Amino acid sequence: MPQAQPEPGRERVLRPLHTGRPALRRRVWDACFVGASGLSAFVVMVPLALVVWHLLAKGLPELNLDFFLHLPKPVGETGGGMANAIVGTLILVGIATLIAVPVGVGAGVWLAEFGRGRLAAAVRYTADVMSGIPSIVVGVAVYGLVVVPMGRFSALAGGVALALLMLPTIIRSTEEVVRLVPRSYREAALALGAPRWRTTQDVVIPAASAGIVTSCLLALARASGETAPLLFTALGNRFWSLRVDQPMASMPVFIYDYARAPYDDWNRQAWTGALVLMLLVTLLSALVRLTTRRAPRP
Amino acid sequence: MKPEIRIRTHDFDLFYGAHHALKSVSLEVPANSVTAIIGPSGCGKSTLLRSFNRMNDLIPGVRVRGRVELSGLDVYAPGTDVVELRRHVGMVFQRANPFPKSIFENVAYGLRLLGVNRRAELEARVETSLRRAALWEEVRDRLGRSALALSGGQQQRLCIARALAVEPEVVLMDEPASALDPTATARVEELVLELKSRYTIVVVTHNMQQAARISDTTAFMMVGELVEVGETRSLFTRPRQKLTEDYITGRFG
Ligand SMILES: Nc1ncnc2c1ncn2[C@@H]1O[C@H](COP(=O)(O)OP(=O)(O)O)[C@@H](O)[C@H]1O
Ligand SMILES: [Mg+2]
Repeated sequence: MPQAQPEPGRERVLRPLHTGRPALRRRVWDACFVGASGLSAFVVMVPLALVVWHLLAKGLPELNLDFFLHLPKPVGETGGGMANAIVGTLILVGIATLIAVPVGVGAGVWLAEFGRGRLAAAVRYTADVMSGIPSIVVGVAVYGLVVVPMGRFSALAGGVALALLMLPTIIRSTEEVVRLVPRSYREAALALGAPRWRTTQDVVIPAASAGIVTSCLLALARASGETAPLLFTALGNRFWSLRVDQPMASMPVFIYDYARAPYDDWNRQAWTGALVLMLLVTLLSALVRLTTRRAPRP
Repeated sequence: MKPEIRIRTHDFDLFYGAHHALKSVSLEVPANSVTAIIGPSGCGKSTLLRSFNRMNDLIPGVRVRGRVELSGLDVYAPGTDVVELRRHVGMVFQRANPFPKSIFENVAYGLRLLGVNRRAELEARVETSLRRAALWEEVRDRLGRSALALSGGQQQRLCIARALAVEPEVVLMDEPASALDPTATARVEELVLELKSRYTIVVVTHNMQQAARISDTTAFMMVGELVEVGETRSLFTRPRQKLTEDYITGRFG
């Protein structure tokens, strides 16, 4: 093949190098830009630090083992805890996870591996729309769809509401991480005579598992702090109850009720509840970081 | 005596959408020998190779015309079971692509697909495959470790072992050594020569010396056409086509 020769007489002419004013102006702009973006980064940190400081200052004094082990005391008595709300939140989030993870991961994998055409577009669109629905609207919808037919508030309804909030996140991020699995893995399996579904099951999903777990945990962490959808579904419960067809206590609703109550010690317990909830969510996020670090994505 | 023909293509065309990538290719691949496909980059070598086990089916917009036969059976016939076909035609890719699983599981995977799950049988067949791929001695005491911890050359031999485990009749190799250093390349070349008594091997390479070293038959392609095919030594010493001569003497490409 003939070598591309530069045409004679058309060497690039360098413009004279500018010095002085333009260089100074550039440097000033540079400094302004770095300064401004640094400031924004700092501004992001401030609210977080304030929240944490506030929660610790107000919530720590009441934080003790009793808080985790005892039920709320009747009005007038001091002490007591939110054991039922902690367990309730775990159950509600558990129900939501049982519903949202299989459906969400399944849909995400399907979108990434098999989804073509209108149906796939419709599923993606639905997930996007769902992620934009305010959580209180989800609560009201589940009220109409589950609570009214059942005739009462229940943990089940609460779990369904939280699941609906988790679904879109799980679907879209699962789709993304499954797409990241290199094509060469799929080709290797297919060339060995693996059918499509076995390729997906044996090779693609394991390779994407760390990312899938991360997306589920993120959705879970978000859902565990939701209050609005639970007000119309799981309601709340001042007593010990593990029945999924009955109203169930949860930490966010506990905080909501106690913060609004006209009693000082309830208000203090609301702070402590908020602190515990934040610790729980932080724990979940730490778990996310850990899983992503342990098993790096392919 | 005429050698048995393992793969035969007859007037085979392949289109990627509007792009005519293979033009009326007619090629015969003799059984139990090494056939090399050479030609400049983009001439359709990989496309032709991937037509033998229908890996091109995975690409949207691919159309084919003409015939490909494996041991006399029509590969593109409407009723062909592609999964079954691929069990008879193993493939090794340009970049080693072991699964992110243990060394053992990489080789065992094809067997598991066939429903082999007895530990003793799996172990025996994994060992046989690793020995055939000349990798056994290097990995025998760390079969449970991740395949991704192996060197590039070892990974490629592992991929060969993985393909051999299901006892294919044909092994297709797409530039199997192009990402390897010279020592690892030499090992893969040796391996190809050892394997040909048992398997029919088709190897794509852009390295003419390599083709000359390891193959019995060489096919030369250019822009989607099969220009010349013949016994390797005579193709390199007495090419019949002017294009072939230009290519092997390094006048282009
Ligand atoms: N997936 C694809 N989609 C469209 N065109 C392709 C695809 N794969 C290869 N081609 C085209 O087909 C021709 C042959 O490609 P390929 O078989 O990969 O060549 P080689 O292996 O000889 O380098 C090239 O022009 C290439 O651009
Ligand atoms: Mg190629």
